[in-house]
Amino acid sequence: MKQLAVISGKGGTGKTTVTAALAQLLEPLALADCDVEAPNLSIILSAGEGECFDLKVSSRARIMEERCDQCGLCLEHCRFSAVDPGPPFRVDKVACEGCGVCRMICPAGAVVLEEREGARVCRSLTPHGPLVSGKLAVGEEASGKVVTRVRMEARFIASEEGLEFLLIDGSPGIGCPVIASLTGVDAALVVTEPTLAAAHDLERVLQLTEHFGIPAMVCLNKCDLNPDMAEQIREWGRRAGAPVVAEVPFHPRVVEALREALPPMGNLPPELEEALRGLAERVREALGLERRS
Amino acid sequence: MVIAVAAGKGGTGKTMVAVNLALALHRRGLGAQLLDADVEEPNAHLFLKPAWEEREEVLLPVPTIDPELCDLCGECARACLYAALAVTPQRVLVFEELCHGCGGCSLSCPAGAVGEKARSIGSIESGLTAESLRVARGVLEIGEPKASPVISRLKRRLDPASVNMIDCGPGTGCAVMTAVRGADVCLMVTEPTPFGLHDLEMALDMAAELGVPPLVVINKDRAEPPEGEPLRDFCRRRGLEVALSIPFDPEIARLCSRGSNLVDAFPEWQKRFVGLYRRAALIAGGEAA
Repeated sequence: MKQLAVISGKGGTGKTTVTAALAQLLEPLALADCDVEAPNLSIILSAGEGECFDLKVSSRARIMEERCDQCGLCLEHCRFSAVDPGPPFRVDKVACEGCGVCRMICPAGAVVLEEREGARVCRSLTPHGPLVSGKLAVGEEASGKVVTRVRMEARFIASEEGLEFLLIDGSPGIGCPVIASLTGVDAALVVTEPTLAAAHDLERVLQLTEHFGIPAMVCLNKCDLNPDMAEQIREWGRRAGAPVVAEVPFHPRVVEALREALPPMGNLPPELEEALRGLAERVREALGLERRS
Repeated sequence: MVIAVAAGKGGTGKTMVAVNLALALHRRGLGAQLLDADVEEPNAHLFLKPAWEEREEVLLPVPTIDPELCDLCGECARACLYAALAVTPQRVLVFEELCHGCGGCSLSCPAGAVGEKARSIGSIESGLTAESLRVARGVLEIGEPKASPVISRLKRRLDPASVNMIDCGPGTGCAVMTAVRGADVCLMVTEPTPFGLHDLEMALDMAAELGVPPLVVINKDRAEPPEGEPLRDFCRRRGLEVALSIPFDPEIARLCSRGSNLVDAFPEWQKRFVGLYRRAALIAGGEAA
């Protein structure tokens, strides 16, 4: 099974729009929405929530007041400043990282670690194939674990249904969820735009793909917004071995389509749809996907 | 005063709002500084162009194993809830990227074989712009998964005597929560799309959990929002104040693409951002009382 991760570095460059267009153009396929802190793919592909289950991904410590003799050892050993000496002693659930040192050190056995349901994984059906999406509970840290689980579910469904291609919508940034989205994929597609901020973020995200040895290609969205910056990005892409394989012009119609949550193909001006078709072809070639008869 | 700028969704204009607000307040003579807490992709400096004058490494402790003392009993690996240690018949393996630096392994080792060394996961930089606005940023090293320790370190630079703008990253996970935690008010920069709204709801849940009052800024807004527009309807229903609207305008998009600022290009925005601060200060004060 071939896997492509769509990532962006900077948010708002059009990652989900491009993913949706690729889903329309490269169907049938399986989809994984790994932007677990802001999952939007099911909205644009009007997939609904589908079947969901909750994942326990992390723990938090709790101090049982009746057993605590306020010796202060937990306060002394917690490196995350998560123990509030009160009285009574209590754990700040935002600061706590669930390491368990307080439980280990407590002579009174007053600390328990409680697992929390930190994420919800949903499996739904789009017109182009099955979609697995993950949604991280607010403030949850274990985004990498959720991304890994979402991808596992999506791979499972894909193989069950005999699908050859898994398309992954990644998250912005270069941290834990992005790394988990990239592990083991065949290629990464970086969606960027010719702005100073996006170019700066592109540089960092291409360092990340290089760090993990993942072949990358670039889609330059809103390509006519700033010609000088666009040229710079083409040049960087060439030098970093991550060529710009498609250029999609800036058009107010994209914003309108987004406001109405319409999928891109069939709702955009012809020149934009043409560019997205070209992108789909380049992806097909890069991954060696078979053309549907 | 601490004003966090968050959004949930990426690319809604958090950095634009944080930067222009900082500039407007600084020029008004209200002491301001900007902390860029989007440590995975910090961008505020591209718009403010500070001269970095100082840099500090962000170090996390990670375990080292003394093979002379270690008898491969496996206590350390059992104590580590992040699976950052694995004991093989020959030696103990340390997966540094998974380590949170909690110290549990060294506490658990009966042989005293676990020591610690410092590992750099990023840096904090600080400097002044040409007009002497203080800017600091956290930068996460490439390949490092955990942003929160860099953000916590950056927040040591909060100045209680100034208005501190914290430019947060996208999302609503641990990193953003670390950035927003303790702020007096959180500006929620959103856009009138179903995606902006969906992610705004998640960001509002986060602010509620932290007890930080929110204030909505709508970017890429329509000049005349139609009756029954979902985003404004939502804000009305939830009793949320829309404190500022920035229109969808290709001219603004081009301006930002070059790294230029609204308050420089269009003087009327100076006043509007000071107005945004007044609303924010009112909400922050109201909550505190």
